[in-house]
Amino acid sequence: MTPEHRGPVSRLGKALGLLVALLTVRRAARTRTAPPDASETQSDFDPRRRVVPANRRAETAVAALLALVALFGLGFTVVYVAFDADTQLLGIAIGGALCLLAAAAIVAGKLVVPQETAVEERGRLLDEAETDTVVEMIEAGGEGVSRRVLLIGAGGVAGAALVTAAATPLASLGPTLSRLHETPWARGTRLVDDQGRPYAADQIEIGSFYTALPEHSDPEAFGAGLLVVRLPASFLHLPAARRAWAPSGILAYSKICPHAGCAISLYRYPTYAPTSQQPAFTCPCHYSTFLPGEGGRVVFGPAGRSLPQLPLRIDADGNLRAAGPFREDIGPSWWGVHRAQS
Amino acid sequence: MNAVERHVHRRFERAARAGDERLGAMGAIRWAMRYVFPDHWSFLLGEIALYSFMVLVGTGIFLTLYYVPGASQVIYHGSYPLLQGEQMSEAYRSVLDLSTTVPAGLLFRQVHHWAADVFIAAIVLHLMRVFFTGAYRKPRDLNYFIGLTMLMLAILEGFAGYSLVDDLLSGMGLAIAYSVAMSIPLIGGQLATLIWGGPFPGSGSFLPRLEIVHVLLIPVALAALMTIHLGIIMRQHHSQFPGPGRRERNVVGTPMWPAYALRSIGLLLAVSGVLFLLGGLVQINPIWQWGPYHPYLSENGAQPDWYIGWLIGALRLMPNWELVIGGRTIIPNPFWGGAAFPLLVFGVMFAWPAIERRFTRDVRRHDLLDRPRDRPIRTAIGAAFLSWVVIVFAVGSTDRIFYRLGISYTTQIHVWRVGVWVIPILVFLLTRSACRSLQRSGAHPLRAWQGEVVRRRPDGAVDVIVESPDRLEPGTTEPPVGTTSGREASD
Repeated sequence: MTPEHRGPVSRLGKALGLLVALLTVRRAARTRTAPPDASETQSDFDPRRRVVPANRRAETAVAALLALVALFGLGFTVVYVAFDADTQLLGIAIGGALCLLAAAAIVAGKLVVPQETAVEERGRLLDEAETDTVVEMIEAGGEGVSRRVLLIGAGGVAGAALVTAAATPLASLGPTLSRLHETPWARGTRLVDDQGRPYAADQIEIGSFYTALPEHSDPEAFGAGLLVVRLPASFLHLPAARRAWAPSGILAYSKICPHAGCAISLYRYPTYAPTSQQPAFTCPCHYSTFLPGEGGRVVFGPAGRSLPQLPLRIDADGNLRAAGPFREDIGPSWWGVHRAQS
Repeated sequence: MNAVERHVHRRFERAARAGDERLGAMGAIRWAMRYVFPDHWSFLLGEIALYSFMVLVGTGIFLTLYYVPGASQVIYHGSYPLLQGEQMSEAYRSVLDLSTTVPAGLLFRQVHHWAADVFIAAIVLHLMRVFFTGAYRKPRDLNYFIGLTMLMLAILEGFAGYSLVDDLLSGMGLAIAYSVAMSIPLIGGQLATLIWGGPFPGSGSFLPRLEIVHVLLIPVALAALMTIHLGIIMRQHHSQFPGPGRRERNVVGTPMWPAYALRSIGLLLAVSGVLFLLGGLVQINPIWQWGPYHPYLSENGAQPDWYIGWLIGALRLMPNWELVIGGRTIIPNPFWGGAAFPLLVFGVMFAWPAIERRFTRDVRRHDLLDRPRDRPIRTAIGAAFLSWVVIVFAVGSTDRIFYRLGISYTTQIHVWRVGVWVIPILVFLLTRSACRSLQRSGAHPLRAWQGEVVRRRPDGAVDVIVESPDRLEPGTTEPPVGTTSGREASD
């Protein structure tokens, strides 16, 4: 920077500094926190003072603020009754009333009532004599008892048994874990859209993704939702065992991310195949990214296993059906999760 | 005293006497009225949290009257046109109706939501004040633990609250919470299906359970802990910053009655007033835009309430490590970010007083606070730890940054996987040296310059024209050197 340029900048800086200094000088004098200066803190300085203000202007201001509070408070009722309880107006009325009342209380607290700085002694917390006495008193309660260890042990056993008994009903709360392996998909289940209309294979176009649900089944079940896409042969690199799962290049995957259970709703399809990346599904929660062309393999993000694939077939009417159930668990992983055999 | 005042005085005296004949509480009331509060703005953060909690209870009671914790699916035929004929849970419909047809319903719901965000923000800022000034040292370590427990409960409470709505955003949040519960080694499956009453999205008993947790169990626990927190404060008295006349054994400040009571009531009213203005004027969580939750739907670019952001960030930042041995998934991935990370953060905070004691071997009672700069190591560790958590928090918004600024999501994640370890080290070194240089210079970063303005007389003697503002204290006993143009005189 040249000296010519420094002029206005440093002047602005100085002005800002001066402003900050002026503002802070005002505050510093009132609410100061001195550095921990040993001589100062240990000095016999007495900070006690009491000032009784006679501030008629502040009293008037408080009264005026209170009158405004009444006005805003009534405004709330008026808005509620006459203005169809408009949310914004209600907010202004009640919020304004509370803020004005706050101002009245703070002005009164600072300018109308006596201002006092007082000193209070903390007193001691630990009273050794009292502590000793209490310990002795508690121990004296066991005076003359000859088999203390036996009684304490028996009490502990009884308590543990009761805690066990109290915890037992928890078992009836929990359903069996086998349901975690279930989905509504079985061999022959038809794929329908969210209006219950079956998906015809011809409907599935390259470059889009479709959400499919099982016909005649609860759409709210975790395993219900499917992602359906069609890929050209150039992107299809399924494992050998799954070659038959994608008739006419149509693939179905669980819509539930195996990382944290969100529905996958982002689909990346290359606009210019030679230079772009492969088609991929991405979960919008934590951006786990899966390749539908490679059996749902994870290429990015925190998901610890691939996206479960559902084998498909096309029935005589040209509609999509499951060719079998999922071969692994859908949804988030857990201790007993069935992972894909790779 | 005129006739009216005399009359009021007599009536008041009689009422006080009548009360004391039955309760004998005047001694305690007298003590409480003389209780001294130190005057420092940072002591108000905890009060803001307390007052936000009061607003939460008040608005929450209103909301409970209208909320229906029903999971069964219904078809919407209410007054909001864009969702006509949509399938949704009873719970979502009840909140939609509350927001669209109940007079002042939307106001109360939005105030409640804002108050929850402010509540947890105030607790976190209060915690930072307590940490950086060393207020957690004996005898306040116990109260520090209670405060940390309340912060954990408050985060759970907030999450439970917005999950009750069963809109698309909160349903996704619950799916993630379920996955984190499932990911706990050995017991995850049992635990999650126990809480949800079955595999996700759970049975019809889940929302009623969540409602009881949100409106009864956690609020009662919070209220009880707050009472203990305040009781312990009053027993020990407030800590205070060092200053003239302030010693370890005393408290200097404003007594409760009348000035402090009025100011504190003013703060309560100001907090509620601002929350009601926010609730009335600034939209928050417009659930009609998200739509109802169905497990097969999700929303792109979703952001949770701010206090959940650090967990989203941790889940996103974590590489896809999953411990699998012999086909058994020992540690599923969400455990790292969703459970291990917050447990580690809170674990470190709980352990900190003991860790510090071990290194300083300081077991004395402390009632005077430290200035952050006077404990460079503690301040630097705190700042580094804070920056670690804040970076993870910021990663929770990487998709928004991609959306707004066009910086590739994957690039951001790769950069932060390194940055999250490197930056805290830099923050540690910078903070430590900043503390040390502040200690040397005596300057205050937030306050005016220190020093004196002097003028030399022709005979060589020096007059002090302006003293450092930090050396001015009304009624100070230390006489200033030289002739001052005292601020007290002009003020």
